[in-house]
Amino acid sequence: MTELTVRLTVNGETVEQTAEPRMTLADFLRERCGLTGTHLGCEHGACGACTLLVDGVAVRSCLMFAVQADGLSVTTVEGIAAADGTLSPVQAALRDCHGLQCGFCTPGFVMSITALLRDNPTPTDEEIREGLSGNFCRCTGYQGILAAVRVPLLTAAPGDVRSYENGGREISQTFRVTGGTSD
Amino acid sequence: MKPAPFEYHRPGSLDEATALLAELGDEAKVLAGGQSLVPMLSLRLAYFDHVVDISRLTELRGVTAADGYLRVGAGTTETAVGADLDVARAVPLLTRATPLIGHFQIRNRGTLGGSVAHADPAGEYPVVALTLDAEIEAVSAAGGHRVIPAADFFTGLWSTALEPDELLVGVRFPVWGARSGFAVEEFARRSGDFAVAGAGGGVALDADERVARAAIGLLGLGSTPLRASGAEAAAVGQRADELDAAELGRLAMSGLEDVPADLQGSADYRIRVGAAMVARAWAAASNEAIGQRAAVGARP
Repeated sequence: MTELTVRLTVNGETVEQTAEPRMTLADFLRERCGLTGTHLGCEHGACGACTLLVDGVAVRSCLMFAVQADGLSVTTVEGIAAADGTLSPVQAALRDCHGLQCGFCTPGFVMSITALLRDNPTPTDEEIREGLSGNFCRCTGYQGILAAVRVPLLTAAPGDVRSYENGGREISQTFRVTGGTSD
Repeated sequence: MKPAPFEYHRPGSLDEATALLAELGDEAKVLAGGQSLVPMLSLRLAYFDHVVDISRLTELRGVTAADGYLRVGAGTTETAVGADLDVARAVPLLTRATPLIGHFQIRNRGTLGGSVAHADPAGEYPVVALTLDAEIEAVSAAGGHRVIPAADFFTGLWSTALEPDELLVGVRFPVWGARSGFAVEEFARRSGDFAVAGAGGGVALDADERVARAAIGLLGLGSTPLRASGAEAAAVGQRADELDAAELGRLAMSGLEDVPADLQGSADYRIRVGAAMVARAWAAASNEAIGQRAAVGARP
């Protein structure tokens, strides 16, 4: 089958590779770009593990062909942390709130939460639940993830101590970086 | 890679798109947002030699108000429909149905035209189009422009009146007048799943608080979206505040012939859920219409 040339921006860098039209964007990133942070669970749009940003908009990369991303700008989970490895507030909060166990679904959650909080920095609990409903997690029972989404809402400076409620318990945390915490 | 191989086309204009469809005929499938088509290709429930990607045709996007109706371009994403203030004012049922479609990541790619053309019997936009007697605009390279009433559009499971060379370019939704109310209710096992059953409705009242117009649409209760015309007829002419919503729900379930049965629920279960969804939607729509009536009457 004829392969087509696909040129796109991935995490700020221009990438040019070939792909069969039937290759999904998720497979393209993993197999042609070596970016295996984007995980594939169901491969038909149900689980949300492959969520990433296309031109800033959160989409499922298993429901888009790589050829459709030609000329567009893609942000994967590899593009979320700072260049020196410092976790983004969302990533730090997921770590600190036990928002992951096996980690398989985590890249998708990081991307969905990043888009959610960018578009709605002060979501209600209902909006958080709705915003997370497109991502499956089979380990955590979601409560740690919910807690993590609430943490970046507290725009604290490093060293600040803030309290929040998690599952009916009052938890006090010291902020290490903006939006991130340690116990 | 899970889908079968296909040749990919990305026409640069509407004319190019219809010319391609005319040339390729039923070997081609139109790809809009891909949120239903790509899973079907990946699961190999469908395969096509040619895929014609219209997702970048900006001329297919946008909402325009015209005399008596609101036109939504087929390529308008569900996210854009849900956020559009003109849609919210003129066709509230469309706005209220939007959050029930999948998840926000799905709605970011999925389009109104794609949803209607895909014609899933449990899809939200197909049932809204049918319930509001929308008109579907199709163009072809040969035949020009055709307007298909929603009542004639949904011909079977995932099947429509569109010819292989026709492209759905927009949907016109009639704008109801004052003293009307709308609601959509559905029950799904998980948020964002296709509903086990659901209903959408519109109620318009006359000066005597009687139902002047009733529209009740059903989703997930047959091989196409459906209208509960018996229940609608029973409601028209009645005083809105005296109507028994639960009874209308039961009436709306009479005569259903091909209610699906699967692991999510038996046909009997779906009928019970459907009756409850009709009752809830009717009560909410009716209350909204009655509230508007009272507000008008309360003016000094």
